[in-house]
Amino acid sequence: MTSADLSVILPEIVLAVYAMVALLVTVYTVKDDGAVIVLRLTTGVLFLTAVWIGLHHSDTRIAFDGMFVDDGFSRYAKVTILLSAAAVLLMSERYMVRRDLLRFEYPVLIVLAVIGMMVMVSAGDLMALYMGLELQSLALYVVASLRRDSVKSTEAGLKYYVLGALSSGLLLYGASLTYGFAGTTAFSGIIQTAVSGEVSLGLLFGLVFLISGLAFKVSAAPFHMWTPDVYEGSPTPVTAFFGTAPKVAAMALFARVAHDAFGNATVEWGQIVSLLAVASVFLGSIAAIAQTNIKRLMAYSSIAHMGYALIGLASGTVFGVQAMLVYMAIYVTMNVGTFAFILTMSRDGQPVTDIKSLNNLSEREPVKALAMLILLFSLAGVPPLVGFFGKYYVLDAAVQADMAWLAVAGVIASVIGAFYYLRIVYYMYFGAETEPLDKIQTPILTGMLVASAGAMVIGVINLFGIEGIAAVAAASLVQ
Amino acid sequence: MIGLEHYLAVAATLFVIGIFGLFLNRKNVIIILMSIELILLAVNINLVAFSSYLNDLTGQVFTLFVLTVAAAEAAIGLAILVCFFRNRGTIAVEDVNNMKG
Repeated sequence: MTSADLSVILPEIVLAVYAMVALLVTVYTVKDDGAVIVLRLTTGVLFLTAVWIGLHHSDTRIAFDGMFVDDGFSRYAKVTILLSAAAVLLMSERYMVRRDLLRFEYPVLIVLAVIGMMVMVSAGDLMALYMGLELQSLALYVVASLRRDSVKSTEAGLKYYVLGALSSGLLLYGASLTYGFAGTTAFSGIIQTAVSGEVSLGLLFGLVFLISGLAFKVSAAPFHMWTPDVYEGSPTPVTAFFGTAPKVAAMALFARVAHDAFGNATVEWGQIVSLLAVASVFLGSIAAIAQTNIKRLMAYSSIAHMGYALIGLASGTVFGVQAMLVYMAIYVTMNVGTFAFILTMSRDGQPVTDIKSLNNLSEREPVKALAMLILLFSLAGVPPLVGFFGKYYVLDAAVQADMAWLAVAGVIASVIGAFYYLRIVYYMYFGAETEPLDKIQTPILTGMLVASAGAMVIGVINLFGIEGIAAVAAASLVQ
Repeated sequence: MIGLEHYLAVAATLFVIGIFGLFLNRKNVIIILMSIELILLAVNINLVAFSSYLNDLTGQVFTLFVLTVAAAEAAIGLAILVCFFRNRGTIAVEDVNNMKG
């Protein structure tokens, strides 16, 4: 029995052993001199694990008496998480080496965070959920304050820590109430007690606290206040990581709790989630208008994007989960490309984050400017780019679930949000002449940027087939 | 006779005190760490009370996990706080304000 259980969590075990071995070997031998090697090796390991999980086809497997679930849904989320983490690690190398920021602990901490995320998306029990979430969060608090000689970075870490711990507290309080009133911590047991219309008051309180805690982790309004500060203060490669893998993991965990544990109480959580979604899309779109720092702007952009993903989830159907999964994959691809661009922004070797510094970029570096233009249009949801189809999917899911008002709100917010994306395009193409940025030619960053922009154009043909995979994944989650 | 409700009331009170401690405190980040600890302890009381009420050990196992993670969390929080103090020279809550907007 135990060996069957262990074979289900083999990818997680392999990554955990890798993280510990890499940490011990490096600390006893080369220390920070080997940081680049550890970083590249880690990128490879994450990529290979993604391939391994992606090519592994099997039915739903359950390990440790339902604590850990390996199904199509968790595999979809894990592959997205692993690939985006590998991409971000690959992008961080040059930036971190040049700013003397690369420590060998950085890739190791990223791997630990990734293991936490993999446990989160596979959780079948409140305890597994909590342990995965904390493994992820504890590693992320440390990477946020990676530049420990900078006030901004440590402040970002401190703010992230305090609000992250608060959200864990809310989530735990909800978990304790759910345990008390459902009589079990297993999702398979909770779903039998939580039936629409007859959910006890205690269980309802538990559900609300659980959702508040999860909303903190996906940075949905009104629980978003940590996001802009943490995005701005953290070193840019770390910000790029925050904007991708943890968002997918938290969103997948949200869907897991909503459908696996409270799947019979869709009406109850549907209202709360739609409220969160509407608040997020509007706050993200309106508050971003006043931003001049591109990292802060991306933070508000991510709040709005999480709102759209939540619209898909709020519809409470299989198609809604599918739309959410497609949306997250597209969102991650766009964010990797955008942050590859932000990582190249520097003047006299110093990183720049002011969006006005992009003035007239199109004349000096036409390829980069064009790729960024495509990504920004895609982020804004301008047809016919892939970003538009992501939005179309979630709005369609809302309409099909008789929540047309939610779709209308999403469209209005998307129009407001287009303003700040297009403003960056305006600066790049028509801005006044200012002191130019450094011309940086790095194959990895330019390659990522162009590949991501290319995917936004070529993907309109068939979205690279992720629709079908997401449909299978969603069907395995919602019974 | 002390029943389940009394334990839940104490836990809820502790939880609310913890939340208020986080948001109303304007003085010291250490007090925030204490408030977080208070929240987690409220959860533990809840879990143990339910566990005993339901005659089910799961809640107590959960409590042990929460205690362990709380210790690790406090260690990381203090480490980040020490780094912040070295750069900023203060740990007053109102001085954690380099980024706004």
